[in-house]
Amino acid sequence: MERIPILRMGNFLLVTIQVDMHDKLALTLQDDLTTRIAEVGAKGVLIDISSLEIVDSFIGRTLANIASMARVLDAETVVVGMQPAVAITLVELGMSLPGIRTALNVETGMEFLRQTVPDYRERDDDGDYTED
Amino acid sequence: MMGTIQKTETVPIRSGSDVVLVRQRVRAWAIEAKFSLVEQTKIVTAASELARNTLEHGGGGDAQLVLLNNGGRVGIQLIFSDQGPGILDVKLALSDGYTSANGMGLGLGGSKRLMNEFEIETEPGRGTRISCIRWK
Repeated sequence: MERIPILRMGNFLLVTIQVDMHDKLALTLQDDLTTRIAEVGAKGVLIDISSLEIVDSFIGRTLANIASMARVLDAETVVVGMQPAVAITLVELGMSLPGIRTALNVETGMEFLRQTVPDYRERDDDGDYTED
Repeated sequence: MMGTIQKTETVPIRSGSDVVLVRQRVRAWAIEAKFSLVEQTKIVTAASELARNTLEHGGGGDAQLVLLNNGGRVGIQLIFSDQGPGILDVKLALSDGYTSANGMGLGLGGSKRLMNEFEIETEPGRGTRISCIRWK
């Protein structure tokens, strides 16, 4: 089955959406990400949508769902790289993505996660820090 | 306002990947008609919403793309038709927040805002035809 890859970096998960997603693929990403957050105890999720040429209400809702589910699982989500034309259209469509943290690019998005998540290194059960 | 028809293309909508295909065809047309990037994005987003409606609520149907020329002014018309259950209350369906299945309730009202002209013909049990135009 077609899937969008999820990369792990310490206790952050990184996703770059580079295909024109059909709805099922967006839902698969939602499920996969939520599962991965719980599996690895991720504290931050960064979703790069700079390649997305449109965000319609379905994709917008999926992004909002991912952020809510991540929040319930104690992880912060930041959506980065939205194209200006997409932002203009999305607001006119009636969606301002409330509850979603955004950043202009991957760099500022990572910076936000590092500041928000108290410690972004891996920690084992006994509280020691280990490099992953 | 209509104008003369320059060309047409029909894309069947039977599955989720057809919704993606509609987006791609509409994008290609909007680029060819030299719409700006923001205009292209608006037309493609409206097409995506309406194609999804045709699939989810209409049980599938067709998207027809029409290139119009009205005294030198170019427009793209999108016509979505299905033989589904129809829309019982059009005014309600156009209002933000209205949702019958798994949407955010922005599909119809939102796509109306993204286009210049918007028309719904529907009859309960007989299907729905939505026509919208964006002029350059």
